[in-house]
Amino acid sequence: MSTIDISTARKVAHLARIRVAEDQLPKLAEQLSGILTFMEQLNEVDVTGVDPMTSVTPMRLKRRADVVTDGGYPDKVLSNAPDAREGFFAVPKVVE
Amino acid sequence: MTLNALTIAEARDALRKREVTATDLTMSCLTAMDAGDPLNAFVHKTPDIALDQARAADARLAAGDAPAMCGIPLGIKDLFCTKGVPSQAASNILRGFRPEYESTVTQNLFDAGAVMLGKLNMDEFAMGSSNETSCYGNAVNPWKVDDRHLTPGGSSGGSAAAVAGDLCLAATGTDTGGSIRQPAAFTGIVGIKPTYGRVSRWGIVAFASSLDQAGPMTKSVRDAAIMLGAMAGHDPKDSTSADLPVPDFEAALTGDIRGQKIGIPREYRMDGMPAEIEALWARGTEMLRDAGAEVVDISLPHTKYALPAYYVIAPAEASSNLARYDGVRYGHRAALAQGDGIVDLYEKTRAEGFGPEVQRRVMVGTYVLSAGFYDAYYNRARRVRALIKRDFDQVFAAGIDAILTPATPSSAFGLGEMANADPVEMYLNDVFTVTVNLAGLPGISVPVGLDAKGLPLGLQLIGRPWDEAGLLNHAYVLERAAGFVAKPQKWW
Repeated sequence: MSTIDISTARKVAHLARIRVAEDQLPKLAEQLSGILTFMEQLNEVDVTGVDPMTSVTPMRLKRRADVVTDGGYPDKVLSNAPDAREGFFAVPKVVE
Repeated sequence: MTLNALTIAEARDALRKREVTATDLTMSCLTAMDAGDPLNAFVHKTPDIALDQARAADARLAAGDAPAMCGIPLGIKDLFCTKGVPSQAASNILRGFRPEYESTVTQNLFDAGAVMLGKLNMDEFAMGSSNETSCYGNAVNPWKVDDRHLTPGGSSGGSAAAVAGDLCLAATGTDTGGSIRQPAAFTGIVGIKPTYGRVSRWGIVAFASSLDQAGPMTKSVRDAAIMLGAMAGHDPKDSTSADLPVPDFEAALTGDIRGQKIGIPREYRMDGMPAEIEALWARGTEMLRDAGAEVVDISLPHTKYALPAYYVIAPAEASSNLARYDGVRYGHRAALAQGDGIVDLYEKTRAEGFGPEVQRRVMVGTYVLSAGFYDAYYNRARRVRALIKRDFDQVFAAGIDAILTPATPSSAFGLGEMANADPVEMYLNDVFTVTVNLAGLPGISVPVGLDAKGLPLGLQLIGRPWDEAGLLNHAYVLERAAGFVAKPQKWW
């Protein structure tokens, strides 16, 4: 039985960049613990000598020349931005 | 019969004989779509686009060179980006998003002359098995046997409800762990998830990129063959899309499966499986045997580890894919307080924009990918995934042509009935379908009968990689033998 404590839940929420209120953390910790316990069945499997799957279909990724094939329309790129100014995405100050 | 109740094949033939026009067919569906509002299947309607496309289809039909999908009115799952039309994956975080581009699948369908009626409800970011995580509210199953509203399944719940309720002729779906096949089974329609790489993922909002595939949800196996042919094909914009020719899937429907070997995997006989599901599976097996197939007991020993492996891998990939929703480039941005910085922007935006199930999966994915746990969870799950695929490789190498299993562990359940369940209980809906995504195989759900309550039940056939043609032919035989013709009583 895996258990996630409240401080781990708080840390995971922060790593995921999702704000979780303090009073919601106990329930979150309990749910995450339940899901992780479910996953721990995987420990029963002997995976000795088995490589982690990287591609479900044996395929070689295609290559192409390293050249620009698309672009040149900043107005389209910015058309869905919540805040765009002078051809840029606008965000709160990042550098002091 | 009204035009909206036609199959694709029936409509195609009538359109080509000029017995009906694409415009009349589209008008009939638009009327059914509006009358279908209680099903909450269509969440963004596009009647103007539909009528323009229908008129263009009529011109093509008059010119005499129209492909099979020309003039066929479809619903499109909200996960597909459609140019200029809201495409928000049923999430508040993409509220207001109107793509500047068209997904390859919808572009392929439009190039073939298909008509888009609107966008369809689904679980948020395709994470769910009951369409109850949608920002649009629940889609409702047209099947109803008492005063309860039932789930159409998920995540492609709106697609399933719209097709089963005759609001459209067919719909697109996507399937990461069963999201085409489970809703198809819950609503008495056909749904196929193709081999990974058969259909381009470009322009489809990503959930778990190594598992996601799009496919058709239709009223018959023949329709699935026709529509899959129009959706599939190599796409340079998706590096995992296979550069293979697309066979004529409809021509493969010969109805002859004599001498074919059908595997019955013993591990799919789960503890506590309802007797009705077991009986349905046995009936389906007899139908294929009567058609001349050889039935073989097979073993897929790692089956029971598929769900836990899936619920490591899918959230891990989702946590990475959904990192892009940060309130900067598109969709929702939280209102900030005085002095809030960029991290507050991210955290508040994602807390407001993502629903509880999406938040949970993103956090699970973040955890299993974090330092110290990556090997124990994520790499172990990928190793188990390799073993699950090896199980299938071995039975196919031994000569099995297709595998028959139940599609779902039950018929459709009531909306809200799982509200207090543990998240893991809802995940059990995918128990028969996730193995197929983990192994990258094609799988199809075919309606085979009704349960004692009068609700549809489906069986799943699983095929060899790239053998959708053979798989569809097996499904066609099962469909004809089952003779499933029941339709939901119209109550809406």
